[in-house]
Order: sequence, then C-alpha cells, then structure tokens
Amino acid sequence: MISPGLIARVAILAVVASIVEIAAVSQVSIFGVSADLSPLVVMSIGLLAGSVSGAVTGFAIGLFLDLALVQTLGVSSLVYLVVGYWAGRLRELRDPQASLTPVLVGALATAVATGGYSVVQFLLGVDAPVSFLLVRQILTTILVNTVIALPVYAVVRRWLEPALPDDPRRRRRRAYTTGGLSPLTRA
Amino acid sequence: MYDKTVRRRRAVLGLLVALSLILLTAYFGEAAGGGLHAVQRGFMEVVSPIQDGASRALKPVRDLFGWFDDAFKARGQRDKLRKQLDQVRAQEIQYVAAARQAAQLRGLLRLDSRLKLSQYQPVAATVIGRSPTLWYSTVTVDHGSADGVRRNDPVIDGDGLVGKVTTVASDSAVITLITDQASGVSSKVNETGTVGVVQPAVGNPDDLLLQYVRRADQVRNGQTVVTAGTTSSRLDSVFPPGIPIGQVTHVDDQDILKSVHVAPFAQLRTFDYVQILRRGAGGAR
Repeated sequence: MISPGLIARVAILAVVASIVEIAAVSQVSIFGVSADLSPLVVMSIGLLAGSVSGAVTGFAIGLFLDLALVQTLGVSSLVYLVVGYWAGRLRELRDPQASLTPVLVGALATAVATGGYSVVQFLLGVDAPVSFLLVRQILTTILVNTVIALPVYAVVRRWLEPALPDDPRRRRRRAYTTGGLSPLTRA
Repeated sequence: MYDKTVRRRRAVLGLLVALSLILLTAYFGEAAGGGLHAVQRGFMEVVSPIQDGASRALKPVRDLFGWFDDAFKARGQRDKLRKQLDQVRAQEIQYVAAARQAAQLRGLLRLDSRLKLSQYQPVAATVIGRSPTLWYSTVTVDHGSADGVRRNDPVIDGDGLVGKVTTVASDSAVITLITDQASGVSSKVNETGTVGVVQPAVGNPDDLLLQYVRRADQVRNGQTVVTAGTTSSRLDSVFPPGIPIGQVTHVDDQDILKSVHVAPFAQLRTFDYVQILRRGAGGAR
C-alpha cells in the first residue's frame, strides 16, 4: 500500500523536477544537446517505489510537460508511464542491487523515452526526415543522461527514503551487515 | 492477495495507457480553439510565473554549465579558425608572390619596349639559386646554352641592369651581379654624358660607385646613371647603351677625381625574373 507521505513526496518531486527541467536543464547545452531529467526521475521513482508509482508518476510528469510546453497532450504521458512501469517491474521482479544499476537503467530509460517519443511523433505524421543528425542527437542525449543518472537517482532516493515502505529484503540485508544475522555472531 | 495486487497494477497501467491514448486522440483531433487546447493555455498561464521565477533563480546554475559548454565550443571554434587562418595565409602568400611576379614581368616588358631591346631577342629566365653571401654577388637562372645564352650576355630585370652571364651550362647559367667585386660597367650620367665605370662599393651591396669621373664634371644628386655601351681597351663593355643602372645619391670630391655614389635601380636582393639579352642574336654591341 502506498502511503500518503510517499504520494506527497512523489508529487512534490514530480512538480519540482518538471520545473527544473523546463527552467534550467533544457536550456543548458552539453555537446549540442540538453540533458533530459524526466526519464531519469521517473526511472528512479519506479526503481524505488515500484511499478504503479512509477507509471503514475511517469504519466503525471508527462502530462505536466505536455501542458506546460504546449505539446501534443498524451505523448509524453504515454512514453513516461511506460518508462516508470518498466523500471518498477524491474525492481519487483529482479531487484537489482548493483551500485551501477541506475546508470544502466537510466540509459535504457532515456533510450526508451527519446526513441518512443520520436516513434509516436512519426506515427502522428510529423513531417521530419529520419536523419543522421536526429540519431546522433538521441545517442548524445542518452550518453549525457547516462553520466548524470547516478546523481539523479541518489537525490531522488534521498528525498523519498523517509516515506518508502520498509522492504523485507532490505531489512534482512541491513540486519546481516550490522551483525544481527551474521553466522559469526552466533558462533 | 497476490492476484488482487496484480489486477490492481494491470488496471492502473491499462487506465493510464487508455487515458494517454484518449488525450492524444482528442488533442490531435480537435481544433486549436478546442477544450484541451484551452486547458493547456490556462495551465501555461498558471505555470508561466513559476517557470519564470525558477528560471531566474536557476540562472547561475545555467550560466555555470553554459560556461563549460561555451568553453568547449570555443575550443572547437578556435581549432577550426586556426585551420581557416592557415589556409588564408597560404592563399595570401600565393597571391602576394603572384602579384610580385606579375609586377616584375610587367617591368621587364616596359623596359623592353622603352629601350627597344627586342633586337637582342631577350630570354626570360627564372632565378633558381642565389649565392648565400651578404652581397648576393651571383644568381643561377634556369636558361643556358640550349636557349642561346652565352657567356657575357647582359642581364636586366624590370628596373634596370642586373649583371652579366659568367658561366653557362646547357640548361642553366650563372649571372654575376653588378654588385660583385669583379664587376665593372662602362657607364655614363644620362643628363650630362659624364662617363665612368660603375663598380661596387666595398661592404655595401646597396651602393655602387661611378669611378673615374673628373672633378670638373658636373654630377648632381638624383641624376640617372645608364650603361655607356662603349668599348675601350681597358674595360670592354658588353652592355648595350642606355640601360638604367641607378640614381646618384651623393658625390665625394677627391683629389682630381670624383667618386659618385649610385643606388641601383634593380632589386638585386629580391628579383625572381630576369631577361638575358642574347648578344649573339642581335649582334648589336
């Protein structure tokens, strides 16, 4: 069950992330492209809070961006909810614990988001040639997002941690490393 | 319990996907003045002030990152501009060299027509080597005996007398300049007809001396010295008459003779093209 505290924190995070994305991050050019915070934030929420939270947050952030940037409503929502749901399911099914997991998942989330957005735009009949430039832009965005994925994930985890439900597996690991369940202590 | 969770998750996913597709379809299908567009405009009006405030607040952060990006771009631009500069420099060098060559060739043509040197069937030659000494006393050109060049043929550039051929090979020749210590040119002051012998001033390649001028002869600064074209038993002149040599710069009075300093017209340090006047061709001497 998702607690009201988590909902509040996710909502605040979604609004702040969207505003920071629009007001600052999108205006900073790195290697000719801008970093895309949204898929990273959605991915982080999915990894930390699960598939439903990830999907809802993805939908909400997408809707916010589509409304604020006067884009076709529903496109970003659709793309980001897929990203959030997929990241959440990854956590629920595999629970990857490697420290570089957010980097890999962030790169894939960005690839799904940018690629998916482009595909939906093409399906809607946007008259743009599939040029080498577009592919290069997408690849560069993925690269830049890969670099910032870890710090973004760390910030999101720090913000959500107080409201996250206590994971039994995490509790078990914590007990083991602090000596509670260690065979050495029993000996 | 598990089934309920799965069902709820799938329901939420389906609902959100359906909502997205409905929004997308409705928005895409409606006119610009439709309801969803109006909602979007209203939302934008609400968000704009927040966005504006956030934009101002985050400007230092943006500038910081922008600075890094600008520095990176500036490096790329610098490298690109350096390449362009190198190309432009290379072009400029080519243009300047071409302009200088054209000026020299024009000068040669002017001198030819003015002095009516066509009777000597002049051969235009390019300098292919210079003596590396300070005096630049000899140069090598790319025409030789195969082109009818012979020893002692006079050589001019577009400004005046340069020297004479002293060594000939089949495809090249060495020209000894009038600044060489062994050189002596039978000359006269064009305005007064005062004759003498032009020899180099020791240690100054830009200065020539008109020697053996009597003290009584009237020679003044600015007068022009040309080849006399005469033949004497002591200094056999190989040069046609009237070829400009230089301009009088100052006159030293000695006991019974004057020493007249002459600045050569020919650009003896820098010329690239010369004309060899083939004495054997015209026969005039």
